[in-house]
Amino acid sequence: MKVDSQMVLWGQTLAYTLYAIAMIALVGWFALRVTRDGGSRGVAPALFYSFVGLLVVCGVSLHIVTYKTIPWAALDLNRASITPDRTFDITAGQHRFTLPAPKLTARCGEKVRFNVTSTDLTYGFGLFRQDHSMLFQMQVLPGHVNDILWVFDRAGVYSIRSTEYSGPAGVDMIERDVVEITCDATPAN
Amino acid sequence: MTMIETLVAGEQGLFKPATLTPMQKMTLRFVVVGLVYYGFALVEGMLMRAFQVTPLPFITKDQYFAILTAHPLVGIFGSTYSIVCGAFLFLVPFLMKKPLWSIRLANWTCGLIAVGTFVFWAAGFLTHYAPLYTLYWPLPADFGQFSVVGGTVFIAGVALVMTGTVFFVLNIYMTIGYTPEGWEKQPTGRLLASALGLSGLRNLFTRRRTEHLVSLPVAAIARGTVDTALNAGVILFTGVLILVYMVAALFGVSLKHTAVDALLYKNWFWWGLDLVADGLVLIFVAGTWYLLATLITGKKLFMENIARAALFVELVVSWTVWSHHLLSDQAQPGILKVASGELVTAFELITQGLAFFITLVTLWSARPLKMTMPLRFLLGGLLGFALAVPAGIMQADIGLNRILHNTQWIVGPHVHVAVLVGLTMTLYSAFYVLFPILTNGAALYSERLARFHFWTHLLGGIGMGAFMGMAGLNGMLRRTIYVNGEFMPYMILAGLSGALLLVGFLAFFYNIVMSLGMKGVIGIFTPARTETKELALV
Repeated sequence: MKVDSQMVLWGQTLAYTLYAIAMIALVGWFALRVTRDGGSRGVAPALFYSFVGLLVVCGVSLHIVTYKTIPWAALDLNRASITPDRTFDITAGQHRFTLPAPKLTARCGEKVRFNVTSTDLTYGFGLFRQDHSMLFQMQVLPGHVNDILWVFDRAGVYSIRSTEYSGPAGVDMIERDVVEITCDATPAN
Repeated sequence: MTMIETLVAGEQGLFKPATLTPMQKMTLRFVVVGLVYYGFALVEGMLMRAFQVTPLPFITKDQYFAILTAHPLVGIFGSTYSIVCGAFLFLVPFLMKKPLWSIRLANWTCGLIAVGTFVFWAAGFLTHYAPLYTLYWPLPADFGQFSVVGGTVFIAGVALVMTGTVFFVLNIYMTIGYTPEGWEKQPTGRLLASALGLSGLRNLFTRRRTEHLVSLPVAAIARGTVDTALNAGVILFTGVLILVYMVAALFGVSLKHTAVDALLYKNWFWWGLDLVADGLVLIFVAGTWYLLATLITGKKLFMENIARAALFVELVVSWTVWSHHLLSDQAQPGILKVASGELVTAFELITQGLAFFITLVTLWSARPLKMTMPLRFLLGGLLGFALAVPAGIMQADIGLNRILHNTQWIVGPHVHVAVLVGLTMTLYSAFYVLFPILTNGAALYSERLARFHFWTHLLGGIGMGAFMGMAGLNGMLRRTIYVNGEFMPYMILAGLSGALLLVGFLAFFYNIVMSLGMKGVIGIFTPARTETKELALV
């Protein structure tokens, strides 16, 4: 099964929802029990140190698990040493994106590099599905190289949208349905 | 008493402002200012919640972003800073059993925060200056979009708040270390070393251990105040930088934006902002939990030495944690993203988890406890951070940040749940503890209204965070406007949750006004008649 952002977000929704329910239940249970007489037995230090150990394991393992399972994490950190199959040079300025072509097309499995340059303000650059959910995003800073490497694993049409506030005029920085990905089973554009 | 009589004279006429000392009046002034600005922020928040459901005809796009700029600053500086400064300027001398170094300076802090907040709010309201609190370079100096005069006044307002904050910092450290007139000479250096954790650190490496000279809550306040001072320095420096561009523009000179590196600026600014968001808030909150737990139970804090050490760790963590805000900045070095953004940030799960555990165990050790207002709100505050901190740890991950950054997830389950449920409910708990002390035994008008406030605030805060979070997981960005109803169901539910918060606050405000009476509220702002002045503890 291929891991994409929708699957990751679904997993996060499930994990966090279960955690939140458990935590609300715990505090609710505590609020009920702390008002009842149950003796004042202390808590053993072993329990305290076990809890500390659990926090350390949770804090560190989250990053190890995501690095191993989310495909774009390692790709992102190592992108300087990876040669892309295709590069799109995009400019952001005056609250507009300027694309190298009206449609940016690529094929499934290709390593696609989006290289976005800002000529004035700090912007964002994100790809969004047609249901408005996010595929990925990055910040776009003036005077710096802002690039992201992405491997598309399924066909789709995406919109580009600025994901950072650049003043009221930046609200309309949207290029609708300008990125098109095709797979072997579907005809190339 | 009739309702009108109670409204005028307060519940049973028990609150008599003429009996208040300068310390009590000073603290209550901070509380009133903080509550008024909380109301400001709440109304602004509700306007934006409504706007996200459907654009309101009386709010333009420019006005919306001016509100979005003012909202967090009014909430943090106007409201939270006021209440926290007032509470700590009262508690440090109270806990150390010595007079505040300067009540006059404390009143200046209150006035500067109140006036400064109004100045930057008014500048945003009138001129629509809207670079957001993030001030990403070069947006605050983009005079093609924003009024240079409005921006200058806005920055001046923030500078007034920061000046008041510097006065607060000075007052706290002077109070810890100084020798009051007629007192035996105080060991200034040792007191400050104990408060800042330096003597505790030295104990780790020497056989001759020195005792802690200040209590744990005072140590928490002193360490959080380090971050408050550093943050004030960063904001003042940044303000001066922006003012240079503004003054030049006023004289018709356009300075080059490229003279300031956008990434370096962003690192600098987030380093400063995180001293508040991930530093003083967590340290102050942990210290307040410990104080409340010991006051509610009358028992010693569980694992007190560990708690003290954790506060020191949290201080160091707060200086090295900022890079989680730059995980989506591709020019940011990878080593900073992993080391500062991911690993150091994970320490916040540990330090805040410890504070959560220690507080609960301390409460548990005193069973059975009566479910008083302070305990009820303290448990709400603990729950808020238990929900919000892991939400933040999740987004401080290179893989997850790629699909969460700048979405409603950040500002919903993390920021608003932390601030509204975690921080604010902790402050309400402290408020209910201090209320009889600060008012010389004034009676609360209605317990039922207080309980109503608790439930509406808790459900509204968690509900709003949850629905904003669901929208964020479905791709809804923060800091933008959706006009085609893309996330309408979530925004309606978040708006209804926000309405619960508003109704709860109105109930609280009414309850407090009825408790003190209008004459009592006005009396807080008249000069104290007592002779004790600086020597008064309460």
